[in-house]
Amino acid sequence: MEKVFGRPEALQDREMHYCPGCTHGIIHRLVAEAIDELKIREKTIGIAPVGCSVTAYNYFNCDMQQAAHGRAPAVATGIKRALPDRIVFTYQGDGDLASIGTAEIIHAANRGEKITVIFINNAIYGMTGGQMAPTTLPGQKTTTSPLGRDVTTMGYPVKMTEMLNTLEAPVFLARVSVHDPKRVNKAKEAIKKAFENQVQGKGFSMVEVLSTCPTNWGMAPVEALKWLEANMIPQFPLGTVRDREGVAE
Amino acid sequence: MMLESIFAGFGGQGVMLMGQLLAYSGMYEGKNVSWFPSYGPEMRGGTANCSVVVSDEPVGSPVISEPHVLVAMNRPSLEKFEGMVKSGGMIFYNSSLIDIKPKRTDIKAIPVPANEIAGELGNARVANMVVMGAILKSTGVVKVDTVMKVLTEKVLTGKKKDLVDVNRAALQKGMELVS
Amino acid sequence: MAERVMMKGNEAIAEGAIRAGCRFFFGYPITPQNEVPEYMSRRMPEVGGTFIQAESEVSAINMVYGAAGAGVRAMTSSSSPGGSLKMEGISYAAGAELPCVIVNVSRGGPGLGGLSPSQSDYFQATKGGGHGDYRLVVFAPASVQEIIDLMYLAFVTADKYRNPVVVLADGLLGQMMEPVTLTEVEDLQIPAKPWATTGMMNGKPQSVINSLGLIGEELEKINARLQKKYREIEANEVRFEEEGTEEADLVVVAYGTSARVAKSAIAKAKLAGKKVGLFRPITLWPFPTKQLSELGKAGKRFLVVEMSAGQMVEDVRLAVNGQARVDFFGKLNGTIPSVNEVYDAIIKSFNGQGVA
Repeated sequence: MEKVFGRPEALQDREMHYCPGCTHGIIHRLVAEAIDELKIREKTIGIAPVGCSVTAYNYFNCDMQQAAHGRAPAVATGIKRALPDRIVFTYQGDGDLASIGTAEIIHAANRGEKITVIFINNAIYGMTGGQMAPTTLPGQKTTTSPLGRDVTTMGYPVKMTEMLNTLEAPVFLARVSVHDPKRVNKAKEAIKKAFENQVQGKGFSMVEVLSTCPTNWGMAPVEALKWLEANMIPQFPLGTVRDREGVAE
Repeated sequence: MMLESIFAGFGGQGVMLMGQLLAYSGMYEGKNVSWFPSYGPEMRGGTANCSVVVSDEPVGSPVISEPHVLVAMNRPSLEKFEGMVKSGGMIFYNSSLIDIKPKRTDIKAIPVPANEIAGELGNARVANMVVMGAILKSTGVVKVDTVMKVLTEKVLTGKKKDLVDVNRAALQKGMELVS
Repeated sequence: MAERVMMKGNEAIAEGAIRAGCRFFFGYPITPQNEVPEYMSRRMPEVGGTFIQAESEVSAINMVYGAAGAGVRAMTSSSSPGGSLKMEGISYAAGAELPCVIVNVSRGGPGLGGLSPSQSDYFQATKGGGHGDYRLVVFAPASVQEIIDLMYLAFVTADKYRNPVVVLADGLLGQMMEPVTLTEVEDLQIPAKPWATTGMMNGKPQSVINSLGLIGEELEKINARLQKKYREIEANEVRFEEEGTEEADLVVVAYGTSARVAKSAIAKAKLAGKKVGLFRPITLWPFPTKQLSELGKAGKRFLVVEMSAGQMVEDVRLAVNGQARVDFFGKLNGTIPSVNEVYDAIIKSFNGQGVA
């Protein structure tokens, strides 16, 4: 009998520690599938962030470095410059990429580093226990915005994809979601494209993936998926904002 | 033998180059040398100075507190460093631009009309080499031939090759001044 | 073939690194070390290397982290305030055991401080600066030639122990020019790095560069391994220079620029008939504790000279452990001690008058 569904080779055979209903697992799988389909696993080096996916090196079946909070794009720069024929990707959350690591992501993008960035936006800090993120929605309650995010003192959600779209160098910038099967397929396409660009020697690619955090949002998994669709997408519109050919080598 | 000197003036007078030329020449002659510049905000005010040690022994401190030789290319430099010069030392001062004389009586003051002579030679930029000639003649710290060798090998290369003769003439004039 | 040229200390840092096989430089401008990135930006393309002017010192050290983790010789350089920014990355590199070289051409602090040469980053370099129980090998050159030599040794030592190495100079050493002999290094002594993240080609098992130890006694084990390595470094890598300590009654202990000034002052004291020697630590960590302890036991007295309010003097006192008197003379960030000032301190200390 033909096997039609199995674990991608780019994922290790290990149980993940993520909470029930968390979409990290789906996104890990999409990244792994893209790596497998492009047949680049053996030459791929990933960078794990600080956040819930800090131990992503236990899940991805490729060489991995773990970076200090927010510094993954700088670490990726060092690796890619040292080994230009390898495929280098970062996997970063919203606290990591959009708060403490804004300088690193903006300048890696602006230098046009030939890397792939997977940016997980779930509008909250997961690992530290549900504090406010730079992407937390206006009025959203978190453990450090207990009355809801007050935009007059705490600012508005940071839109990284749009922000990077003001730069010349990036070749691919897209925002996707994983709240339903159709969107999962779209997300897969974008993630694969972001890796393919690097295989072809083009420049900087980033895919922002809207993700859930049922635990810290205080919701059941299905409810969380619905909340994402109803609340996050109006704030963070889906779509590809940049798809340039870049400079192939 | 050990000679400690401070070269001072405003930017563009070539004081850093004079110091480097002396240090390089010392190295060419197998001596121990060091060159230390003023840097940072000091450089922004338009005045510059460097300290040069040429010695038979390994150089200890490259920072000089009692120079044997002071080269002052402008008045602020003379005023700033005159007091530091070791008793019995020498002050070469650019009398074309400095309208005062050193006050010290325990040192040898050597006025050098550097800009006038450079003007006569047809190149205002060799004023520093006129002073350099006077130093070489007065101290004997390195040979003028060595300085010319450094100039032709390290400084006046490529397009600047045409300037070798005027630099040699400037050194010569400076030497004649103190003969 | 050996080539003799005049070189600025900062240029020697860069050229020394390149001759040591470093092909990756990541830095950010800060006075008084700007000649290092400037030189690298010219020179790296000539040797097929990479120069990046990073967006910050934080990014620069993390680029070093990535490149070192990918198995290449990489470095960054900065000056004191920039060094503080690198502390996070240095702690991570120490935890992940990444061989790399960090240069600090130090200036006065605290805060923005000044631009003049200073030795007040001794604590930061030798006793942490970043978080956690880690150690960095710290080399303190005292001449431009020694900068060239120690840059090579820094990369070799970093690779030998899989540990970050600091070269601690100061603004004077960075800015001054001295003759140096440039030799071609024939054996770069770059060991194989099977642990590096170079990809899983040809059946190589997964490499993970990491400093995390969340589960059970994992972190304790990591730290025990690090401490074992540090004891080995202490046993093997102590370097120092001694001049006339055997017959001396008073031993001046100084490193880097201070040692040069002290050397001139000691020569003057000897002319005045005083038996004074110089002890110059070349590694500030591992510190030559044993050697100083033995000098203390032999009945010597000590004068520590630093361009700080007194940092290394603490290590000298720990080494001597009450066996002998340890005086201190320091300059507080802004000026380099003059030979006469140090000479006066030597005479006072020699006569047992103490030094303020």
